[in-house]
Amino acid sequence: MKIKVLYFAALREALGSPGETIELPESATTLASLRALIAGRGGDWGKLAQMKNLRAAVNQRMAEPDAAVADGDEVAFFPPVTGG
Amino acid sequence: MSVSVQQADFDIGAEIDALLAGRTDVGAVATFTGLVRDINDGSGVHAMTLEHYPGMTEAALEDIVAQAKARWDILAVRVIHRVGTLQPADRIVLVIVAGSHRGEAFAACEFIMDYLKTRAPFWKREDTPEGSRWVDARDSDDSAAERWKQGG
Repeated sequence: MKIKVLYFAALREALGSPGETIELPESATTLASLRALIAGRGGDWGKLAQMKNLRAAVNQRMAEPDAAVADGDEVAFFPPVTGG
Repeated sequence: MSVSVQQADFDIGAEIDALLAGRTDVGAVATFTGLVRDINDGSGVHAMTLEHYPGMTEAALEDIVAQAKARWDILAVRVIHRVGTLQPADRIVLVIVAGSHRGEAFAACEFIMDYLKTRAPFWKREDTPEGSRWVDARDSDDSAAERWKQGG
């Protein structure tokens, strides 16, 4: 299944990418497994696993690591927010 | 249009007037304005850039406003948050809450700011004499948002 993935702020800079489309194996069905799959590519991608307090959203709503991801979803990973 | 994410500055008086236009049931208006400070964590700040997540940011702000309206008997709300590059003393954020009485207006205004700080996807980057740096989230912002859960 295809997932659109976005990275923001310090994470976008650390990974050197604003986002990508990822082909996810059917066995990976949660945010946590998507994160592990991307981080497992090695190099700078490992920073996705190392970043503390990483937040995520599925289809533009805040989501926990056990949230389900499905074909066509938009997933975003980002540091804790600092607006206001 | 109760929520706006924009680069442009805003006029607080004009926004209050627009929110109250045609109404005669409002007895209290509470506003909060956030500004760029020229110092943070011991360093001078000569500019700040705000990044956001287009689409989700607006939805998150709308959701926070809806929660405030469900929780307090308030009549109208306006939230404006700027993005892009700002200078010290520039306005960043505006929250206006109109209600029948001050109690609900003050409380809802503070609630919206506390939730915005921890739930709306904005990220600040500061330019200082030591270089550019992303602003770290503060634990005090989490505790400020957390206290609204009690008794809620």
